[in-house]
Amino acid sequence: MTSTSSRPAIAVTGLRKSFGDHVVLDGIDLNVPAGTVFSLLGANGAGKTTTVKILSTLSRADAGEARVAGYDVAREPDAVRASIGVTGQFSAVDKLFTGEENLRLMADLHQLGRAEGRRRIARLLDQFGLTDAARKPSSAYSGGMMRRLDLAMTLMGSPEVIFLDEPTTGLDPRSRRDMWQIVRDLVADGVTIFLTTQYLDEADELADRIAVLDGGRVVAEGTAEELKRRIPGGHVRLKFAGPEGVDAALGVLGQASRDNDALSLRVPSDGSLRSLKTLIDRLDERAIEVDELSVHTPDLDDVFLALTDEKVTVR
Amino acid sequence: MSTQTLAPADLRFHPLRDSATMLRRNLKRMLRYPSMTVLLIGMPVVFLLLFVYVFGGTLGAGLGGGGGGGGRDTYANYVTPAIILMTIASVVQGTAISIAMDMAEGIITRFRTMHIARVSVLTGHVLGSVIQGMIALAAVIGVALLVGFRPDAGLGGWLLTAGFLVIVTFSLVWLCVALGQVSGTVETASNAPMPLILLPFLSSGFVPTDSMPAGLRWFAEHQPFTPIIETLRGLLMGTPIGNDWWIALLWCAAMALGGYLWSKKLFNRESAS
Repeated sequence: MTSTSSRPAIAVTGLRKSFGDHVVLDGIDLNVPAGTVFSLLGANGAGKTTTVKILSTLSRADAGEARVAGYDVAREPDAVRASIGVTGQFSAVDKLFTGEENLRLMADLHQLGRAEGRRRIARLLDQFGLTDAARKPSSAYSGGMMRRLDLAMTLMGSPEVIFLDEPTTGLDPRSRRDMWQIVRDLVADGVTIFLTTQYLDEADELADRIAVLDGGRVVAEGTAEELKRRIPGGHVRLKFAGPEGVDAALGVLGQASRDNDALSLRVPSDGSLRSLKTLIDRLDERAIEVDELSVHTPDLDDVFLALTDEKVTVR
Repeated sequence: MSTQTLAPADLRFHPLRDSATMLRRNLKRMLRYPSMTVLLIGMPVVFLLLFVYVFGGTLGAGLGGGGGGGGRDTYANYVTPAIILMTIASVVQGTAISIAMDMAEGIITRFRTMHIARVSVLTGHVLGSVIQGMIALAAVIGVALLVGFRPDAGLGGWLLTAGFLVIVTFSLVWLCVALGQVSGTVETASNAPMPLILLPFLSSGFVPTDSMPAGLRWFAEHQPFTPIIETLRGLLMGTPIGNDWWIALLWCAAMALGGYLWSKKLFNRESAS
């Protein structure tokens, strides 16, 4: 579908935008290699949608440079539009039309011939599980179906870069998982995805790289693993059959603390094999029976809260 | 940048094909939402019946000089051009509403991020509304004929009338495409073209301007709807048109151009927030 060259799909330097006195983007830099999923993570009002609007030519930056698919968004908006697809937070679907008619509209606007258009409509309907609902008015679609139709419409033009602005906000868990699978399939086809989300598990699940946006700045960037490593807070959780086990273990393991549940202990640990072996050896020496042992590395929630917490307390 | 992948053909615009696509979209939307068209036709029909049957006898008598002794039938002939204009005003109010509805939905945002001839989003609405206007006009003129409207225009007169009505509709539609965009909400959009509905009352449409007090009379004689109505009246009833036809066309050209430029500017402005 796309040429996998060394050029980044999206390159942003020093992007700034304010509305009046309110600074929304305070100089952000981003680099998204082609064929990857990049996730912009942030709370409501962090500047995610503004970033998408600028990159998709809907809005102009006050300063900074942004190139999408190799084209400058300010100077070559036509070429950018020809290279991208955007699925926003609010469904961009004609609600008086059926699913099929909505796709037909997109096919016509992309100047696809009648036969080619019909072929692609059938394929997209099938790929997105909408074949049965194709002739129903889209106003009767469920939230998940509407979002899938929305994305199918975006794909009609075979975009090289796809912007998904909070694609699963308001969807039920099942529809979210469907959407995730669709995103994975797209990436497998070589498309670049720029995803904004406020859900950490979504970024963790899908993104190759994550940038955490807070107060108009990128406060952290890296893979999910890299971000997690920045935050201490890993621990081992031990579960015992009875209170004697808990007491015995507390005697042996100095740093252990009781977990919420009376029969469990939390022991700080970096999760490495060596530290686990030491821990198990100590328990073994005293013949303390452990029912269950689980290792917890910090999840993105910990990272996100740690990275964005300061700001909240300052305010 | 040697790594760009678009061929020049990918960057070509197709304004005619895009406009045709958008026109099909708008016509289909009108069919899916017929109550809107019915409502737009209903308003001028109600006014027509009200003015012919309730006020017609008295107002017709007051017209004096006109032929036929001046009664309800005389007034039906007098008021129909004003009702025709009111029909157009009603249809373009519908344009403003449907533009505002469109803007409120995400699909226009999608169009803005697509590589299409941008103006086609607007021209699709304009052409759709002109077609809707012609249907509404045919219906309203049909009712007028039923209630006593007796034009003496021949085929030529009717053709000129049709052409003139297309021009008037076209120019008012462009104005309302701008009004619909500037409104922000559907509620505001349905109120914004209100002056267009009211202006026919302050013109020569319902009563001759020389029966009005001086200030009002000056306004009535210089506002755009009076020359438009007088031209229509001349084309349909054979009354003298004088300078009115070119003053009317000048007003139309000004409204169309102004509406077009304003609409284009509004459509290209960046979305707020």
